[in-house]
Amino acid sequence: MPILKRLFIRILSIAVTLIGVSIIVFVVIRVVPGNPISMMLPPGATDDDILRLKILYGFDKSIIEQFFIWISGVLSGDFGTSISLRQPVLSLVLGRLPATLELSLLALLIACILGGTLSLLGTRLRETKIEGIIDGINGMAMSIPDFLWGLIFILLFGVMWPIFHISGRISPFLDIDYSTQFYLVESIVRFDLKVFADLLAHMLMPAVALSIPLAAIISQLLKQSLKETMHLDYVTLSRTKGYSENHVILREALPNAVLPTMTLVGVQFTFLIGGTVIIERLFSYEGLGNMAIDAVINRDLPLIQGIVILFALIFTLVNLLVDLTYTLLNPKLRNG
Amino acid sequence: MTAFLSIRNLSISLQNGERILRSVNMDLARGDVRGLVGESGAGKSMIGKAILGILPRALKIDEGEILFQGKNLLNLNPRELRKEIGANAALIPQDPLTALNPSHRIGRQITNRLIDILGWSKSDAVKRTYDLLDEVRIPDPKRVINSFPHELSGGMRQRILIASAFAAEPKLIIADEPTTALDVTVQKQIVSLIGEMQSRHGTTLLFVTHDLGVVSKVCQSLSVLFLGKVIEDTSVSLFFDNPSHPYSRALLTATPKYTDPNSDLIPVSEKILNSVKEEVLRLDREWSNGR
Repeated sequence: MPILKRLFIRILSIAVTLIGVSIIVFVVIRVVPGNPISMMLPPGATDDDILRLKILYGFDKSIIEQFFIWISGVLSGDFGTSISLRQPVLSLVLGRLPATLELSLLALLIACILGGTLSLLGTRLRETKIEGIIDGINGMAMSIPDFLWGLIFILLFGVMWPIFHISGRISPFLDIDYSTQFYLVESIVRFDLKVFADLLAHMLMPAVALSIPLAAIISQLLKQSLKETMHLDYVTLSRTKGYSENHVILREALPNAVLPTMTLVGVQFTFLIGGTVIIERLFSYEGLGNMAIDAVINRDLPLIQGIVILFALIFTLVNLLVDLTYTLLNPKLRNG
Repeated sequence: MTAFLSIRNLSISLQNGERILRSVNMDLARGDVRGLVGESGAGKSMIGKAILGILPRALKIDEGEILFQGKNLLNLNPRELRKEIGANAALIPQDPLTALNPSHRIGRQITNRLIDILGWSKSDAVKRTYDLLDEVRIPDPKRVINSFPHELSGGMRQRILIASAFAAEPKLIIADEPTTALDVTVQKQIVSLIGEMQSRHGTTLLFVTHDLGVVSKVCQSLSVLFLGKVIEDTSVSLFFDNPSHPYSRALLTATPKYTDPNSDLIPVSEKILNSVKEEVLRLDREWSNGR
């Protein structure tokens, strides 16, 4: 029962967060200079033309009135119409969401594998030269931002040794007829190796670029946590039972060391999703982030609002998910 | 004839050269129960750790032998040592609150050595666990086996660790201050439980403690350690009647008398402490000259 109660409280707080975010973004993008009308009209448009357009999009009303018109639409599932693309915001945004989700989850997976392996290696070889080397790699990986990694990869594996595609999500000549936008997942389910390989050739560089800073954080935290756990009595006791160093690290220390790392990884993962905005632009990847930049350039207010709300929803859901996983993994919280 | 467990000339020091154990000698016959007493920092726990191969990394063994069933444990490679210890020795740890893995259920923590290391079948190991929990008088074993450590009290957890130590019928058990972390009321039960289990199983027991009362209750012989040096090695009856070393005599006088609760505590005098320290330092000089 307590778990359900916690869940209820969390969902309530998510609703409050989303309302707050929508108010802030709605007001801010209307207060800052630059408006969509002036972007649409050619120079020399008369005041009459401007007023007509304003009335058409409802910008002649007060901000408060506009907000209530918009929010009542949102509550009934209508996020308005994009000014620059002239299509419903909801379908535009949902159409791009799978691409961004697949990219960030792939990056998360890579970060966990890379970071986990490095931390286990560092723990196994602790107090040797190798640990120093691993710490050095970590420091470097952490201090170079994801977009710079992206540029480095484009130069190395896109230009000098063109192994990967430097732009897009899928090669245009691949005429795929999938029922969802989750191409990567669907290609795995359909066991469509050709499409899968093509998708990876597009996604690996941006995904690895996104994952490296997170991998370094995971590696650093998990190694620290593992090394502390390795001194605990139950680890020593299991050594006297005849278990090998590898077993002791993986089975005795790891399950306990993972817990404190997990919450931080959750927080860091939301940063990673934020990073997709620039990375998607860099690799011309047709995701939400790329769309967000276009929306801001065009002052496409309804689209900006839609994208920001969706990002906020993703962030809060990720945090909720981390909390729940933490509860499930930690026996002390499971029943309490 | 070599003893069952024989420690010869064991010297251990910190990386910076500070000596932790000073040429320790000790012999245990099969089935012996020996107390290892000394104040904190005397190095008594380190002897147990050296035998089990779990010395902290900061310590190094300078010289000596640990002959266990005729085999020098210090000559074995880590893999052989693990095998030898895992199959023949066990530890009852100091703090039951930290010695059980919070992520694993109790049952698995008792059966894991039997199944993974000694190759028992799962059903045999589980049956053995029920028998052991019954032996250490844990009520409702079914519930306990499926519990996580945080759901049980300190006394219960120490009983589980005792059961776990005896699970594989080891020939040697090292109890490393097994009652220090417990309530006084529970301490007594745990001490008599360990004594009872030892005599039923005939296990050789090395009981590390700073409590002379515990020693008089369960041990047959004892070694008194001061500054990493064995200064008295004798049988329990001889020790309590007529200790030979002045420090031992002072220790006995310092033990509070339950018969006279109002009597003042008598600390070990500075004079005795200093004379033992001088003796130890003199031996240190000889030792380093000899190297």
